[in-house]
Amino acid sequence: MQNVNLKIEKNVKVGTDIYLMKLVGDTSSIKKPGEFINITVPGYYLRRPISVCDYGTGYVDILYKVLGLGTKDMSTFKEGMMLDCLVGLGNGFDITKAQKPLLVGGGIGIAPLVGLARAFNEKGIKPILVFGARSKNDIVLVEQLSELCDLHVCTDDGSLGFKGNVIECIKASNLDFDYYYSCGPQKMLEFLSKAYPNGCVSLEARMGCGFGACMGCSIETTKGPKRVCKEGPVFEATEVIF
Amino acid sequence: MKNLKVNFLGKVFKNPIVPASGTFGFGYEFSDLYDINILGSISIKGTTLEPRYGNKLPRIAECPSGLINAIGLQNPGVDKVVTEELVKLDEVYADQIIANVGGHSTYEYVETVKKFNNSDKTFAIELNISCPNVTGGGMAFGVDPQTAYDLVKAVKEVSTKPIIVKLSPNVTNVVEMAKAVESAGADAISLINTLVGMRFNLKTGKPIIANVKGGYSGPGIYPVALRMVYEVSQAVNLPIIGMGGVSTAYDVIEMMYAGASLVMVGAQNLIDPYACKKIIEDLPRVMDELNIENLEDIIGGRK
Ligand SMILES: Cc1cc2nc3c(=O)[nH]c(=O)nc-3n(C[C@H](O)[C@H](O)[C@H](O)COP(=O)(O)OP(=O)(O)OC[C@H]3O[C@@H](n4cnc5c(N)ncnc54)[C@H](O)[C@@H]3O)c2cc1C
Ligand SMILES: Cc1cc2nc3c(=O)[nH]c(=O)nc-3n(C[C@H](O)[C@H](O)[C@H](O)COP(=O)(O)O)c2cc1C
Ligand code: FES
Repeated sequence: MQNVNLKIEKNVKVGTDIYLMKLVGDTSSIKKPGEFINITVPGYYLRRPISVCDYGTGYVDILYKVLGLGTKDMSTFKEGMMLDCLVGLGNGFDITKAQKPLLVGGGIGIAPLVGLARAFNEKGIKPILVFGARSKNDIVLVEQLSELCDLHVCTDDGSLGFKGNVIECIKASNLDFDYYYSCGPQKMLEFLSKAYPNGCVSLEARMGCGFGACMGCSIETTKGPKRVCKEGPVFEATEVIF
Repeated sequence: MKNLKVNFLGKVFKNPIVPASGTFGFGYEFSDLYDINILGSISIKGTTLEPRYGNKLPRIAECPSGLINAIGLQNPGVDKVVTEELVKLDEVYADQIIANVGGHSTYEYVETVKKFNNSDKTFAIELNISCPNVTGGGMAFGVDPQTAYDLVKAVKEVSTKPIIVKLSPNVTNVVEMAKAVESAGADAISLINTLVGMRFNLKTGKPIIANVKGGYSGPGIYPVALRMVYEVSQAVNLPIIGMGGVSTAYDVIEMMYAGASLVMVGAQNLIDPYACKKIIEDLPRVMDELNIENLEDIIGGRK
């Protein structure tokens, strides 16, 4: 973990209430896709945890949805503004687990899968991606994602792609995979882990610190209590007690 | 050279800054960030007789100038704390620590305190009779003078370590509580623990915290903490550890004016993991600005 000031290089709307922000500065503590950063939003006491969407030398991209007041403020931030961030948080995804990876993103849960998809591409593997959302308004970054992945889109209302949820989509498309990586709403992750044990889920929790000090984010697992911010946010599907 | 040393219960502390219980884990994880040997001491996470998972999530709710927590004393139990956590901490922190003890019953407090008797790493026990986040215990011991008196008396009988009693702000008369624990034989008093509070989710209309209520702390409680430290220091003859909303070196100075010998920093560690380091490094500058040579001289106000 490192405390750094990152500069907003870009902050653009890419979907309904969804923004892509590029932050530049020292991001050398970010080691893996699936990690998160914890951002001080001026005027609010606690930091806002947001996944690393993608990263490289000197930059990190985040993809965020306006949910409450803090993320709403973030959406108005201008280029050039500095943000106080803790970077290099959480365990991240283990890309050695899959030969034939399936990525499953629900809604804004797509964020950490972008960097993960790129990491697989760098290994010479093009992963399958199932991207599910309520409607086409929540489906973003399609162009970039279809370059990196074998992309399957599904929506609850059928406004884009397959009509149905991610599990129905996986089944209907007869997707062949040996291990999956998922992020999205809790219910989706719960159903997914019950349908398929061979994968991992990236969880959310309200956090006090984001780096293991307060026990604010501890969940019960089959292997005892674990902190979403430290031992997680990525957990084996079979160890989470939903 | 500014002198930051303070004497507390017969021990010289290199400075008065101590991370508050529950906001610094068992300490060692912070040693990846900076050399934690600069800290005056460390108050470790509240420890109970048996391992506790704690409360359901969400346990955290944001507030203006602070946060509500309802952790519920999650910890691996006293045996593991003594044989594992303190051993790990010993590798990165040379000084002694303050062991924070919680419980549901007199029996539990007494048995837990006993287990620290043989721990050389432990300088003193901080008896948490003010945790708002456990049912049928914790704060129940800290809001009635007679109950607090009986508990402190029982703990004093078995402990070989000094007993610091941590008081709750959730009382009408904090002085009455302080006097009760003083007459029971407490060696020192620390205050304040968190203030019971709650938040609602605007969209669902339901409480954010799964446990409904939790403990509010952070800069918002600072004036309340100062007032209570002041009142207690005027009324008892025990050394005092002051805390509640401390986030800068200036806050430390004020807390010492109010009567604190040591000052604990809690919530600020969560939003700034370098908080204690920054405060310790800033203290000599602030002392210079205020013409203070010896920090110890300002305990209870400037002479
Ligand atoms: C590890 C992790 C990764 C995340 N990654 C992303 C991401 O890539 N993109 C994205 O859009 N969102 C992500 N989130 C969710 C994001 O943290 C919340 O949407 C955000 O904190 C809401 O802040 P707010 O001020 O708008 O909401 P408010 O409701 O006003 O916030 C009040 C408080 O509650 C907390 N809070 C509210 N909702 C959540 C939530 N769902 N999860 C955690 N804390 C919450 C806030 O941090 C704040 O402390 C992630 C959460 C976690 C834990
Ligand atoms: C997340 C969290 C966990 C805490 N856990 C404990 C605990 O285990 N034992 C205890 O005596 N106090 C605990 N406290 C209370 C603090 O030690 C301190 O008394 C209080 O937070 C006021 O200080 P602050 O405003 O600087 O945070 C906790 C506080 C927080 C924020
Ligand atoms: S948020 Fe503090 S331990 Fe995870």
